[in-house]
Amino acid sequence: MNWAHIGPALLASFLASLVEFVEALTIVLAVGVVRGWRSAIAGTLGGVLLLTLLVLLFGPALQRIPLHSLQLVIGVLLLLFGIRWLRKAVLRAGGKLSLHDEAKIFEREKNKLSGQTAQKSALDSIAVATTFKAVTLEGLEVVFIVIATSAGGMLLPAVYGASAAGLLVILLGMVVHKPLTRVPENTLKYVVGVILTAFGTFWIGEGAGMHWPGSDIALLALGAGYLLASWAGVYLTRKALQTPPPSQTKQPAG
Amino acid sequence: MNAIKIALTELYGLFVDDGSLAIGTLAWVAFILLLLPRLHLPHIAQGIVFFAGLAAILVENVYRSARK
Repeated sequence: MNWAHIGPALLASFLASLVEFVEALTIVLAVGVVRGWRSAIAGTLGGVLLLTLLVLLFGPALQRIPLHSLQLVIGVLLLLFGIRWLRKAVLRAGGKLSLHDEAKIFEREKNKLSGQTAQKSALDSIAVATTFKAVTLEGLEVVFIVIATSAGGMLLPAVYGASAAGLLVILLGMVVHKPLTRVPENTLKYVVGVILTAFGTFWIGEGAGMHWPGSDIALLALGAGYLLASWAGVYLTRKALQTPPPSQTKQPAG
Repeated sequence: MNAIKIALTELYGLFVDDGSLAIGTLAWVAFILLLLPRLHLPHIAQGIVFFAGLAAILVENVYRSARK
């Protein structure tokens, strides 16, 4: 096994998980700053515990599914997941949607929580529920990313990639105690959208019995193809925004 | 019950954001799985056709969303 073989799974898992961990950390930090670290950490640990249970419960079942069926199902889910990200990233890059800003989310979450009275008990239920929900949802996305990027027998590289991203975000969070605004999240989401869509297309093809030229190398060609298509999308979005919609250009009747 | 409903809605949201994009993508995948083997295309062309359809669906959806 060499880097050319494990590299795509490791990198895709690392980058995609990085985005999810940054999103979870933003909310945990906002809750911690406003409502106290004890409750924020309790909710986080609860989320991590639930995720661990889900993985232990459903993980072994995945190994019993025939490889081609698994590739097909994971491929379809990954394609839907990736193409949704890519669409949003293209619309953001084209100026149709506003850029995703972790600093704004951090402030919004802080303001939302400051308006609510904290309970006098040892744990603040609102804070616990908020971090629990954030960690569980973003963590579920990480679990899905790991499963998806490991569909070709690359479980360990995908787990290492996601773990490295998690460790990096936790360490940075402990150091800065602020949202990681320097992480170029929109660019990352764009790149990850391209990677996940390419992986989804590849796995569906594998599951359907297609023979990709160059085997795993076809992933690079698919990534390049989706990058080109997305650039066309960005160009068309910018063009459409400069042109008023047809309803506004129509002359009044009579 | 409400928590399950919220969890299912969030899970659905992971995969579907714009309904027409999801339907278009699934329809193209179904077409490829059901009809492509009967067209007897060369192996290399199968992957290219599959990719080209998905790329076209994405670009069309983005353009339509931008025009709204």
